[in-house]
Amino acid sequence: MSTRWDAIVVGGGHNGLTTAAYLARAGRKVLLLERRHVLGGAAVTEEVFPGFRFSVCSYVVSLLRPWVIRDLELAKHGLDVLPLESTFTPYPDGRSLCRTADPDATFAEIASFSRRDAEIYPEFGRAMGKLARFAKAFIDHPAPEPASLRPRDLMQLLGLGRRFRELGDDLAALQFKLTTMSAVDFLQEWFESDELIAPMSCSGIIGTMLGVKSPGTAYVLLHHYMGEIDGASRAWGFAKGGNGAVSEAIAASARAAGATIRTEAPVATIKVFNGRATGVVLQGGEEIDAKVVISGCEPRLTFLGFVGEEHLPDEFVADLKRYELRGSSGKVNLALDGLPDFAARPGRGAHWMGDISVAPSTDYLETAYEDAKYGDFSRRTFLNVVVPTVFDPTMAPPGKHVMSLFVQYAPYWLKEGPEGWPARREAFGDAVVDTLAEYMPGLKERILHRQVLSPWDLEQEFGLTEGNIFHGELTLDQLLFQRPAAGYARYRTPVDGLWLCGSGAHPGGGVMAAPGALAALEMLKQGAV
Amino acid sequence: MPRTTPFHARTSALCRSFLWKEWSGYAAVRTFDAHSEREYFALRHACGLMDATPLYKYEVTGPDAAKLLARVWTRDITSSRVGQVVYSAMADPNGHCLDDGTVARLGPEHFRMTSSERWGYWLHRHARGLRVQIDDSTDRLACLALQGPTARDVLRDLVEWDMDIMRFFRIQHTKLAGLECWVSRTGYTGDLGYEVWVHNDDALAAWDAIVAAGKPHGLEPNGLDALDVVRIEAGYVLQGVDYISAKSCLVESRKSSPVEAGLGWTVDLDRDPFVGQAALRAEQGRGSKWALVGLVLDWAALEDLYAEYGLPPHLAPVSCRDPVPIYDAGGTRQIGQVTSNTWSPLLKKYLAIGQVYAAYGKPGTRVRVEQTPEFHRRRVPATVVERPFFDPDRKRHTPKKPARKRKGAA
Repeated sequence: MSTRWDAIVVGGGHNGLTTAAYLARAGRKVLLLERRHVLGGAAVTEEVFPGFRFSVCSYVVSLLRPWVIRDLELAKHGLDVLPLESTFTPYPDGRSLCRTADPDATFAEIASFSRRDAEIYPEFGRAMGKLARFAKAFIDHPAPEPASLRPRDLMQLLGLGRRFRELGDDLAALQFKLTTMSAVDFLQEWFESDELIAPMSCSGIIGTMLGVKSPGTAYVLLHHYMGEIDGASRAWGFAKGGNGAVSEAIAASARAAGATIRTEAPVATIKVFNGRATGVVLQGGEEIDAKVVISGCEPRLTFLGFVGEEHLPDEFVADLKRYELRGSSGKVNLALDGLPDFAARPGRGAHWMGDISVAPSTDYLETAYEDAKYGDFSRRTFLNVVVPTVFDPTMAPPGKHVMSLFVQYAPYWLKEGPEGWPARREAFGDAVVDTLAEYMPGLKERILHRQVLSPWDLEQEFGLTEGNIFHGELTLDQLLFQRPAAGYARYRTPVDGLWLCGSGAHPGGGVMAAPGALAALEMLKQGAV
Repeated sequence: MPRTTPFHARTSALCRSFLWKEWSGYAAVRTFDAHSEREYFALRHACGLMDATPLYKYEVTGPDAAKLLARVWTRDITSSRVGQVVYSAMADPNGHCLDDGTVARLGPEHFRMTSSERWGYWLHRHARGLRVQIDDSTDRLACLALQGPTARDVLRDLVEWDMDIMRFFRIQHTKLAGLECWVSRTGYTGDLGYEVWVHNDDALAAWDAIVAAGKPHGLEPNGLDALDVVRIEAGYVLQGVDYISAKSCLVESRKSSPVEAGLGWTVDLDRDPFVGQAALRAEQGRGSKWALVGLVLDWAALEDLYAEYGLPPHLAPVSCRDPVPIYDAGGTRQIGQVTSNTWSPLLKKYLAIGQVYAAYGKPGTRVRVEQTPEFHRRRVPATVVERPFFDPDRKRHTPKKPARKRKGAA
């Protein structure tokens, strides 16, 4: 190959695409290589069954950085995010709770469980909103380096310190609690009704191999309060056309800026010569050289899979081996003949216009975790269900629906090992459908097709090591300057010319495009490419 | 989606303007006609009848009810007597104002508080260890405000209780046209006026009876627009406008202490501990940062300014709540902001309520207030004055001394 590339991006997930787009817009010659036939990685829309299109893995948009949307002109390239309007929780006793953006309606809903909680709920939202605005300073910038004495780093730390002080004593204490407590303990300091605490606490466990009562999960709550679309905090949305539309828009922006994108081009090796990355070798043997290589893949796969231990410092390898992946979630995608009714709230209404949380009590959630702790999927799972066709009918044939079920817990590490998943996949799918059918009696008769993705499948098909949807747990010990390893938080790696731009880099997982954008901006700033 | 009050059948039939606004989750009429002038003049020269149901209401009962309320309000509620209504402020532990409202003592162990925000959880939080019950009566008690110089005449024959002996800030359980109710001599207009509290089921009957009795006395239903003009004339602050409840403030600098919100007179510092006491004491020691003031704009200067543009002064027909900067007399330093302002048709003055640095709070202080004729930022002289701007004797005057013994209900 005669072309000399400035940069090769390994992996066409939304972050890799973002890096490619930023670099191409800065005038660099960029080649992006994707193993699969479709772009998007885990932010992908696929027609799994004829006429039924699914956001196969990730299924909502919230943290997608507004500045990335502006910089890459994603609206011009086809991105349209429709807001989610509600969070609905049915309970087995026939009651239910629907929280919406309408404060008075939400007050009445919560007041049917606890009037006191209903009154406090907006105050809690305000407190979390303030903390989230503080935390957003972290996700919109490269991680601070606490050990560095360089003026730039000191200024950044100083600025964060000032902002922390401005929070006021109460909120600073709250921030501390948030980083140390469990989601349930934290919420119990505010609320009394378990029916409210349970669905609120599940934001704390999404994608982690922890329970709602495990310390540290409170922080992930905050991560979810950072969600915004159009600058409106706490807003979640569906991308029209599914989450693949996010990736497609970024890819279109990258192509428009001159990036070259190749699909079905699986990378086998990242070439390292004299401690420097010089290019990649594809599985077919094709060698491509570039000034720098940027990996959007998960760090352990990148270094132990593509680079090889022999090119890496021992401590770094040890850190990578300690890096917690432990996927804990699966996905079930259903094609439906029509919408069934909830037993607790028949008919259509606001409760269909958002996400549906099967999280009837904190004990239920903790029990689900108990099963997973000892290497089994939960008999009764936590579910986060969305029905994109309610918003975007083009995802299915007229009158039909697609339903996306995010399922926890489905531990990668089954008792019999991860290889046991293919044999248990359908039993897992049955457990999930049975669980939802308890709240939605007509569900089973409506199912036309069913796709079940275990963490094993997420690893095999999407390259998510151990099926971890965030490229590594979002626990505090693996965030900020520790992500993915101490000393390498600024997208640089121990290998010269090799950079990271995926969810395994700061600020972490979620369809936010922040690692991809920040990595590219950092590389350009450092003159690396 | 706002809910409707029990008076909706009547108010919606009368609301020709279709102008409504959301008030604590309820739909409330802004003005019945396209213009609120008639309602304003009824309030000042006859009487206005307004649906005040959206006020939050809590029934606090039990042996420790007074103790709890004294703990959360800045005034010493324990010393209030049965039948008395007390106006007070509420502060958070940092001494920042949360709300203002009234506490009526309906019985030795029964109080009803009103507020502009929900405080059920706050009451519960401070009720630990106390023998009290807290009951939110917002959704079952309807409230009508009958305000204006002829208000007593309207109620005199309608209410069993002798209205001529009811004093300012008193409340009485009685019957109105045969309906069980509470009548209090309270209001938000700074004038003679009453509030009638009835169960939702009796709301329409109470409305009809008052409207019928009010006909010969010039009664007009009024909405929130007219109310806002008269409450500025009365110098009353409005939570959410003239100060922001600390619980809703996103930044510390937006918070005010009760003193800085013009409610310092409601703070009884020397008594058993109450929420915010230590912080308020510290503020007393070091002095407040802000003062809430009444301002009157110089009319001649205002006229001259607009004349430069060939215009008469712009007199909004309703009050204005868009904050406007206040400068010192030299016009160089920004020293505060006007939070409410209105033309007073009665006083023929342009009135404003605002916050300035405490040093500028003394009556007589000359300042400048921004005006923007034809999009130009200009400054008009104004003077700090005592509030209320309008304070008629009839507000407090009681025609008859109460008899030694209660006048028996018929």
